[in-house]
Amino acid sequence: MQFMLLFSRQGKLRLQKWYVPLSDKEKKKITRELVQTVLARKPKMCSFLEWRDLKIVYKRYASLYFCCAIEDQDNELITLEIIHRYVELLDKYFGSVCELDIIFNFEKAYFILDEFLLGGEVQETSKKNVLKAIEQADLLQEVSYLFSSLGTSMFCSCWGSLSHHSYSFRNYSEACLACSVHPFAVY
Amino acid sequence: MPAVSKGDGMRGLAVFISDIRNCKSKEAEIKRINKELANIRSKFKGDKALDGYSKKKYVCKLLFIFLLGHDIDFGHMEAVNLLSSNKYTEKQIDSMDSVKQSAALCLLRLYKASPDLVPMGEWTARVVHLLNDQHMGVVTAAVSLITCLCKKNPDDFKTCISLAVSRLSRIVSSASTDLQDYTYYFVPAPWLSVKLLRLLQCYPPPEDAAVKGRLVECLETVLNKAQEPPKSKKVQHSNAKNAILFETISLIIHYDSEPNLLVRACNQLGQFLQHRETNLRYLALESMCTLASSEFSHEAVKTHIDTVINALKTERDVSVRQRAADLLYAMCDRSNAKQIVSEMLRYLETADYAIREEIVLKVAILAEKYAVDYSWYVDTILNLIRIAGDYVSEEVWYRVLQIVTNRDDVQGYAAKTVFEALQAPACHENMVKVGGYILGEFGNLIAGDPRSSPPVQFSLLHSKFHLCSVATRALLLSTYIKFINLFPETKATIQAVLRAGSQLRNADVELQQRAVEYLTLSSVASTDVLATVLEEMPPFPERESSILAKLKRKKGPGAGSALDDGRRDPSSNDINGGVEPTPSTVSTPSPSADLLGLRAAPPPAAPPASAGAGNLLVDVFDGPAAQPSLGPTPEEAFLSPGPEDIGPPIPEADELLNKFVCKNNGVLFENQLLQIGVKSEFRQNLGRMYLFYGNKTSVQFQNFSPTVVHPGDLQTQLAVQTKRVAAQVDGGAQVQQVLNIECLRDFLTPPLLSVRFRYGGAPQALTLKLPVTINKFFQPTEMAAQDFFQRWKQLSLPQQEAQKIFKANHPMDAEVTKAKLLGFGSALLDNVDPNPENFVGAGIIQTKALQVGCLLRLEPNAQAQMYRLTLRTSKEPVSRHLCELLAQQF
Repeated sequence: MQFMLLFSRQGKLRLQKWYVPLSDKEKKKITRELVQTVLARKPKMCSFLEWRDLKIVYKRYASLYFCCAIEDQDNELITLEIIHRYVELLDKYFGSVCELDIIFNFEKAYFILDEFLLGGEVQETSKKNVLKAIEQADLLQEVSYLFSSLGTSMFCSCWGSLSHHSYSFRNYSEACLACSVHPFAVY
Repeated sequence: MPAVSKGDGMRGLAVFISDIRNCKSKEAEIKRINKELANIRSKFKGDKALDGYSKKKYVCKLLFIFLLGHDIDFGHMEAVNLLSSNKYTEKQIDSMDSVKQSAALCLLRLYKASPDLVPMGEWTARVVHLLNDQHMGVVTAAVSLITCLCKKNPDDFKTCISLAVSRLSRIVSSASTDLQDYTYYFVPAPWLSVKLLRLLQCYPPPEDAAVKGRLVECLETVLNKAQEPPKSKKVQHSNAKNAILFETISLIIHYDSEPNLLVRACNQLGQFLQHRETNLRYLALESMCTLASSEFSHEAVKTHIDTVINALKTERDVSVRQRAADLLYAMCDRSNAKQIVSEMLRYLETADYAIREEIVLKVAILAEKYAVDYSWYVDTILNLIRIAGDYVSEEVWYRVLQIVTNRDDVQGYAAKTVFEALQAPACHENMVKVGGYILGEFGNLIAGDPRSSPPVQFSLLHSKFHLCSVATRALLLSTYIKFINLFPETKATIQAVLRAGSQLRNADVELQQRAVEYLTLSSVASTDVLATVLEEMPPFPERESSILAKLKRKKGPGAGSALDDGRRDPSSNDINGGVEPTPSTVSTPSPSADLLGLRAAPPPAAPPASAGAGNLLVDVFDGPAAQPSLGPTPEEAFLSPGPEDIGPPIPEADELLNKFVCKNNGVLFENQLLQIGVKSEFRQNLGRMYLFYGNKTSVQFQNFSPTVVHPGDLQTQLAVQTKRVAAQVDGGAQVQQVLNIECLRDFLTPPLLSVRFRYGGAPQALTLKLPVTINKFFQPTEMAAQDFFQRWKQLSLPQQEAQKIFKANHPMDAEVTKAKLLGFGSALLDNVDPNPENFVGAGIIQTKALQVGCLLRLEPNAQAQMYRLTLRTSKEPVSRHLCELLAQQF
């Protein structure tokens, strides 16, 4: 897959994931062009279209269009189901997902996509495994948020650099720039 | 459950932490901690099983206490207990698998970004072995990686075939619930299945009979399952199932060796052609297009013609209609050409603007290819112009002129038809062009009929004249001068037109010149001379249809199957000639530039057959001013270039040359027809080079002539003496050519090697750069550090130094770099540069006239992946040139 775009019926881009290196200008151009093309299509039309030398596979879910660009030899139908599986993952995570969930928690939408696809290839198709990975990541984020919200910077967990700092959590007031590993990782 | 809402569950931890922070004294803190530890201890030891979440919370608290510097011996124990509990173990295994998955895909990404960075060798077996992994996610990721890697080294990954087949076979034959979470809407592992089928398409059918048997069984199972009633009404079920089915059909088409499977595939697609899902109809049309090109299934595809025509008429989605048009094109042969062409013409009237040009090209090709009587062909093309004149490109109408010119049985009909077509009140300019040209050549064939007598023909054409563009008016002027020759009775009228101020003093120089020249020609030349100059055009040489070439360009490489026509219609010998695909090779003559040469606007009225036509005209006007207008005659444009006039080097010539800067032997060039190998040795200012030309086809090359050309000043700088080679090279044979080379003085550009021959009647031409660069005449010079620095300082004028800083294009390996520098010709001097990472070299370039001393220094920066290269020689251009040559190598 070369890229995935999510945009609303009004043409607002909600999520973009590029798996090929392109300049911002080029990305904008492609997005504009594709959004126009896809929005102009009527319902019941075929979900696939040829565009430049790529194939576009898109599907509309409620107010949101999911649009993927794949290469010539890629399979269109399985790409449709990649989209669907992603929607299922979002739905399971947010609980009957809607466009607003993606607007307000866009970073989660990206995390989920990254667990599912890596470098444009399907990484993990098991819904359970993807969600488990996301749950773990959420927990990490929560704990670090919790500690940092107490007014103390997140402690350093790379033991190597701990020698620079006091061993006591309370006295530790600087963030360690050397790493960002979760404290649990040391065990 | 959304994890974002879980925050409140951790409140216990937050409260505990703020309690600690609020402690006024160390004692209070210890007291609070002890209380908490007791609490945690009792929780862990209690009878009540803790849920995973509470466990995590207590571990957080323990961790916090630990970080405060308190002893938490018991906590460690508990943490270890926790980690070894089932749930955690499971998690750990999971995370190890997901590392493998991510690593595989990450490697794939790296490989795509920079293939050289990923050394395969030892990795290959490990990567292939991943196909055996128990975890389906790992296999899925691994297949993606292997599919990409095996394209470059198919042999290294060959072992993946049998593994992929057995994996596929296990999935295909598993029950819909066997794979648990990897079953998607009752379809077992659809993503993995599709990827495995895709991987198998990188290889020919398995050689091992057992593996092949197992695979064919899989393919049959998939086809059988397509006939079973669906296990779910959900579209996801049918999509996943059909994704596998289409990929299976792709594999069957790729193998193109199992007639039974091909026909079954075709029947399956036939069912989809009428499916209510637009997506399936679209894909079926697309997939059938490739099936049409297999000799085993071509007939089976043809049985669906009515359905496809119906799709072209009734589909509401333009992209589906386009697929239908593609399929009609692919399934067309002599038996159904008339029906298909007429349907496509009808479709053209309503077709989407975006695809009109393509349809026009296709109609034109089919009409030409399958024409039995050429009046049908002429009608079809004129219809094309009538219906979609704007989309009829030059190639199309040039081609109809070529064919009419070459076939005298259709000329009268063509003249009559264009005459009628021109009578329409509004006709497309392309029609005027075709009409003007045909009447100018063959108007005499219908002049007997009083309704189309010469004056009528002339006034009809002239009535369109003023509305046309400059190019068309130029063409019409040529028609008029031809009329003067064909119909002397029109001479006075036409001369009056030419003499009119609007022509003679036209602002457009081309029109003005034509008017002046034609007027003078018609008044000065005798009837005989006029007849010779304005004789009918000679037949055009046959070759690949320029329209076909244009369609290929439009579609890009590997486009539409109908183009690879070779095997589809083997029995019918192509009476129409011309369209047989030339093996796409060296240089196909550019179709746009040369067809009739009209764009360059040479008068078509100057026929090449009249030898000396050019001279004659020059004589008539007696002045050099007239000469440019003669331009290239149409004939010249068609011929292969003269011996002194070789084409420009092929685009990859520089790249090929670069490969030889640091080495003397290797394959210089290779395509489907020809391989050119090089062996060379150089001593002092002399060199000898052996070129080996291998004919890779089974057909003899004729008029084979490789020549070496010295562009520009090179003649005075380099002497290359070549030995002739035999003019014929048999299929599969190799001929050798010896070149003696002498470097007279320093030079910057390499000589060109031009290879020309005829293959199957088609002229082939190829120009390469001969791998002779100035560094070939390098003599390595050893010297001590002291001498080096002394000379280095002597060459300190700014123009004596050339320097380049550049990014490494290859892995930065010191040994490789050394080898390259030695191959470049300089000596490598150790212990000169204080930095042992750097390379220092010295040498003398030997030419007959002079010697050029040369010092170099290469500084790699591994961290930045950059190099800095500095060259100092006594001659400025040599420094720069060597620097450029060498910089390309790293």
